[in-house]
Amino acid sequence: MDMKVDKKKLNLKDKYKLLTRDLGWEPSYHSKDEIYPYVKYEGLKVHDWDKWEDPFRLTMDAYWKYQAEKERKFYAIIDAHTQNNGHLNITDARYLTALKIFLQAISPGEYAAHKGFARAGREFAGVGTQVACQMQAIDELRHAQTQIHAMSNYNRYYNGFHAFADARDRIWYTSVARSFFDDSMSAGPFEFMIAIGFSFEYVLTNLLFVPFMSGAAYNGDMATVTFGFSAQSDEARHMTLGLECIKFMLEQDPDNLPIVQEWIDKWFWRGFRVLGLVSTMMDYMLPKRVMSWREAWEIYGVENGGALFRDLARYGIRPPKGWDDAEKAIDHMSHQLMLGLYQWSFGTAFHSWIPSDEDMDWLSAKYPATFDKHYRPRWNHIKKLAAAGTPYKNFGLAKLCQCCQLPIVFTEPDDPTMLCNRETTYKGEKYHFCSDGCQDVFEREPEKYIQAWLPMPALFQEQQGDIGAWMAWVSLGDGVDNGDYAGSADQRNFQQWRGLATSNQ
Amino acid sequence: MPVTAIKEYVAVPRDQVANFHGKQLVYVSWDRHLLFAAPFLICLPPETPFRDLVEGPLKALVSPDPDAAAIDWQRVEWLKSNQPWTPDFDASLAANGIGHKDQLRMRTAGPNSLAPAA
Repeated sequence: MDMKVDKKKLNLKDKYKLLTRDLGWEPSYHSKDEIYPYVKYEGLKVHDWDKWEDPFRLTMDAYWKYQAEKERKFYAIIDAHTQNNGHLNITDARYLTALKIFLQAISPGEYAAHKGFARAGREFAGVGTQVACQMQAIDELRHAQTQIHAMSNYNRYYNGFHAFADARDRIWYTSVARSFFDDSMSAGPFEFMIAIGFSFEYVLTNLLFVPFMSGAAYNGDMATVTFGFSAQSDEARHMTLGLECIKFMLEQDPDNLPIVQEWIDKWFWRGFRVLGLVSTMMDYMLPKRVMSWREAWEIYGVENGGALFRDLARYGIRPPKGWDDAEKAIDHMSHQLMLGLYQWSFGTAFHSWIPSDEDMDWLSAKYPATFDKHYRPRWNHIKKLAAAGTPYKNFGLAKLCQCCQLPIVFTEPDDPTMLCNRETTYKGEKYHFCSDGCQDVFEREPEKYIQAWLPMPALFQEQQGDIGAWMAWVSLGDGVDNGDYAGSADQRNFQQWRGLATSNQ
Repeated sequence: MPVTAIKEYVAVPRDQVANFHGKQLVYVSWDRHLLFAAPFLICLPPETPFRDLVEGPLKALVSPDPDAAAIDWQRVEWLKSNQPWTPDFDASLAANGIGHKDQLRMRTAGPNSLAPAA
């Protein structure tokens, strides 16, 4: 006779306890300071690691199950996209420029975040924190991998995708994102959490992912949309971790407040500069635009960010120091950067273009106070130079900011006709900055930033200014990967293949 | 504190002049002429006469500006490290006191065709 045995099942609370908190133990033959040597030097005071709350209460067994399910769905759609020539459904091959920048600059950032969280998981002393960081480390690795897979299909047909790893290490505009992540990874574990967990994942993430993922949806890129959905639930967890982390730091000791505030000031500004590249995508690179950079800033910066900082005010946190300068830059930055990307397009592994009259009318409607006044005259002149057969290429290269590493294209916060000139001398060497925000970051820790590998000076140190040798070194095919979209192989091929798919030519 | 670190930490600057094969960097920009997205980075030997910097790379680089031909180079007002400064065209960069990574700015009284109407 069969005996019916009640299968013993743990409830969620017990399971969480056994699979996270109970994994820790009190060391007996090494001191905690020896085991966790990096938790004190940043000056943060933690009295009780058990106060760390994990609102998701996710355990590793459940984590694997969810992630595996997401992977199966993701790869099913990616396979279908590949087999059905999904690349021909995009609005226009100009759209690919946004993807190329993403693959060269942002996907490697996911990988860097993976390394950072793996390290933070080892260095933090609390079990709840360790487990949460471990999961996020695996998430970030998965994001890097799925992004590369999602975009690999485009590499079969279009230029500029083939050497994203070289671009990540060596090309100039990617060093903006790379230095951001290197800066966070060479900081202590708490600063890393404010940099990536809070500023990037919480304050700025919508401004990064909305243009990409909604941009992908608006422009018919099913592969990238699928990645976006696959990552979305992870991102919700990351945002919660970021917010939990900052609250934990602030609740542990009142002395932590000024340190956390300094980090918020620093990482807001560094993140804002990285987003400069994103602003050009929203305003210029998406053939079918989602919203302007200004409109995105209103929703995700002013409204959401404003609400967050009102919430944190009870801990004594104020909005980041650079907030007002950021606001003043919103109506200018995408135009200033895109004019730069166009004139240096001989050195980019993506195409750029002169906006059409229709594009310029859209920009003028979205930026009524600035576009016609400041930027349309410049684009019109560049258009005239192209029509005369002398397209504008600025072979002067550019002065780069010692901190954010962007070319110094930004103007004074209160005078859009004057470039921002900031410099300082440290131990006899001159350093230049794009803004007060970046200069402040440098002055706080000069020994860190004087080591920066700035790609334009490096071209004269390592290739002695030989642009051809530099192109070979960064795996940039001259006349293939770079330059104006008009007349490019990407343009020609896309039109031809789409023609074959949609007509009887 | 020059850097938050677990022990004393002294870094080596990456862009010292010694790394530029006998040359130096000079940054030059033209105030309020923003067709040029950023100040130009120019790499030259310090013995280069200032005139050669102007006649060579600088004139070529500013030529796409519609007002470039109208520049009266004898009447350009110069700034070095944001301070008014007068160059000696026949002296070298070094003799002019233009150090590695110095920023020169030029100001002209002439037309500014691409600037917003006042």
